[in-house]
Amino acid sequence: MNNVLGVINLVNEKPILKELTQHRCLASVPFGGRYRMIDFTMSNFMNVSVSKVAIFTKDKYRSVMDHLGSGKEWDLDHRSQGLFILPPSHPDEKIKGDLQQFFDHLEFFQRANADTVIIAPGHHICKIDFNEVIKEHESNEADITVLYKDYDGKPMRKPLYHQCSLDINGEVLDIELYTSPNRGDHVCLETYVIGKQLLIDLIKKCVDNEEYDFLKDVVKANLRDLRVQGYEFKGHMPFIHSLETYHTSNMEFLNPEILNTYFYGSWEVFTKIKHEAPTNYAISSEVSNSLIANGCNIEGIVENSIIFRGVQVKKGAVVKNSIIMQRGDIEEGAHIENIITDKQVIITKGQVLKARHQPTVIKKAEVI
Amino acid sequence: MASKKWVAMLLAGGQGSRLGELTSDLAKPAVPFGGKYRIIDFTLSNCTHSGIDTVGILTQYRPHILNSYVGNGRTWDLDRNYGGVAMLPPYKGKDGGEWYKGTANAVYQNFHFIDQYEPEYVLVISGDHIYKMDYNKMLEDHVENGALATIAVIEVPWNEANRFGIMNTDDTDQIIEFDEKPEHPKSNLASMGVYLFNWKHLKKYLTEDENTIGSTNDFGKDIIPKMIDEGAHVQAYRFKDYWKDVGTVESLWEAHMDLLGEPPAFDLGDANWQIYAGNANHPPQYISQEAEVLQSLINEGCLVFGKVEHSVLSYNVQVGKGSTIKDSVIMPNVKIGKNVTIEKAIIGSGTIIEDGAVIGVNKQGITLIGENQRISPTYAKL
Repeated sequence: MNNVLGVINLVNEKPILKELTQHRCLASVPFGGRYRMIDFTMSNFMNVSVSKVAIFTKDKYRSVMDHLGSGKEWDLDHRSQGLFILPPSHPDEKIKGDLQQFFDHLEFFQRANADTVIIAPGHHICKIDFNEVIKEHESNEADITVLYKDYDGKPMRKPLYHQCSLDINGEVLDIELYTSPNRGDHVCLETYVIGKQLLIDLIKKCVDNEEYDFLKDVVKANLRDLRVQGYEFKGHMPFIHSLETYHTSNMEFLNPEILNTYFYGSWEVFTKIKHEAPTNYAISSEVSNSLIANGCNIEGIVENSIIFRGVQVKKGAVVKNSIIMQRGDIEEGAHIENIITDKQVIITKGQVLKARHQPTVIKKAEVI
Repeated sequence: MASKKWVAMLLAGGQGSRLGELTSDLAKPAVPFGGKYRIIDFTLSNCTHSGIDTVGILTQYRPHILNSYVGNGRTWDLDRNYGGVAMLPPYKGKDGGEWYKGTANAVYQNFHFIDQYEPEYVLVISGDHIYKMDYNKMLEDHVENGALATIAVIEVPWNEANRFGIMNTDDTDQIIEFDEKPEHPKSNLASMGVYLFNWKHLKKYLTEDENTIGSTNDFGKDIIPKMIDEGAHVQAYRFKDYWKDVGTVESLWEAHMDLLGEPPAFDLGDANWQIYAGNANHPPQYISQEAEVLQSLINEGCLVFGKVEHSVLSYNVQVGKGSTIKDSVIMPNVKIGKNVTIEKAIIGSGTIIEDGAVIGVNKQGITLIGENQRISPTYAKL
């Protein structure tokens, strides 16, 4: 769709997965064997043929820039449109909110040859058909459409999610910020469809009034004056807010049915191309119920695990219920269970690491 | 623009008729290899690693898939403003035009393409060989010897030497005689189909050859023997690493099996010499609870529920429960149903093997199944 502008908003990233976000933003946390979380949103945009996408970053965005590059993999390397990575304009000052960043880059919105904007965060693992959402947005004659999903995760204590309440026609009545939802509550996906001119007007107005939060000051504050419609996303989307939910949501991809919906459906999930050789399974290998990327060499035992590109599992090594990120090296006789190793971790010969209750993260490039 | 040191001309026009059903719809260099590559990737990656940034690809037979695969050459870093990759099919000019008659004629017809870069050297290579070679070393050798032409050679087993173009050399490895498929070979140095020429001299020989009545306009049959006969300095460059011509079903299968040793005869995973391949976007491979994978190469997009032993599975291959695949090569996008047995076979891209089919069991030689076929359980009985 030529008239749709994509915005990936990383300004509001929550302080979760701290073990994995020391050197990177949440959006570039590796996921599912060869992806970064942001790939899912990027690919969803591709499916709507969005030809201009902006990534509003906050900090630690080197990995996102490196990963997205020219945007070629998502068909965004155009002469006039394409991919724009928009870092904070005043890096010395504390960011007041996403609206301030939108305001600082207002020219980006003004120049865009589009009339509709989709705003989404960078860490939702899901396949949302935005064509469907925009169709509903238009037929409802909504000013803003807010996507939500009924909470289906485990009970949680931290107040991390925003909830919407809706009337019988699906119009948003209220938004409650920072709650810990119960099963069935409408969790706001921080994903919106809004007209471009309305967005520009509201950004200007809010910043004039020293209001800087999109959800609070554009959406919630205008619930009476604007037509704000809810759109329920019914597809698969794990609620990731802790290391445990990160681990289980990765493991869900070992279910062939879920694998199918994400990767073998009508549109693919794209990621940065790497020239990895096929994965080699040695005569001594024993692999079961695992997702394995290319470029690996498997000589040992791998069970219920997710193995990223270029990983070595040497002879006699055992990897169970674990996530091994890119270029990990599990040496001979090492045994790990319930472990998440960040990129380039080496587990040396004979090491035994078993995490009983919670998955444990080994930091990037560490040698254990 | 400055003139180029060298330009590569890649011969990719062959029909590869000895690959049977695998090349009914595509040129041999476009045949899938190694699970995620096409045969041409190996020579193109060699060019990239050797710092050659200008490659003319001579096509003729069924070029469509090859054209779209090579594209602008970005995969191999060959998308350059000056140089890069160029597809060179036969064409018509104001004085008419014709199909490429032989390898030398194909280069001759693209005279102006090479001339625009004013290169000192021209490297002529084929798009149907599996090897990793730094052409720089050959060039160094060529310059050092002051040769007009250098031909890469490899020692082949004596009992196979009669299948190749054999070079007889003196004690400085200058070529004194060229025997095309000799009955009684005097040496076991076979031509690898990699030729390096001084462009100035090659131009002269190509023009003369073009005007020679009865010439087959072929490098191996005409140009090289003529150069040697005339006493030009033609040097042999000995290559000691892995090299395989994958022009037949047997050699294609063998080359795949060479990827599977511990260590492999040909290592695809060499981090210092990556083989670049285009258009890859597939999910990670899924190996199920009941699956068993041994001594095999498996690619992205595969879903394995059966047993895979000593085989190569290309991307997006599905293997159903209870199926066994052994000593086989499965090309991209093949769907194998449940309780299927496949042994010593090559299965062409996009083919569907239905539940219960048996392929290649108790058969002599390699069983070849073409592209986009549907194989029913009654297949083995035919």
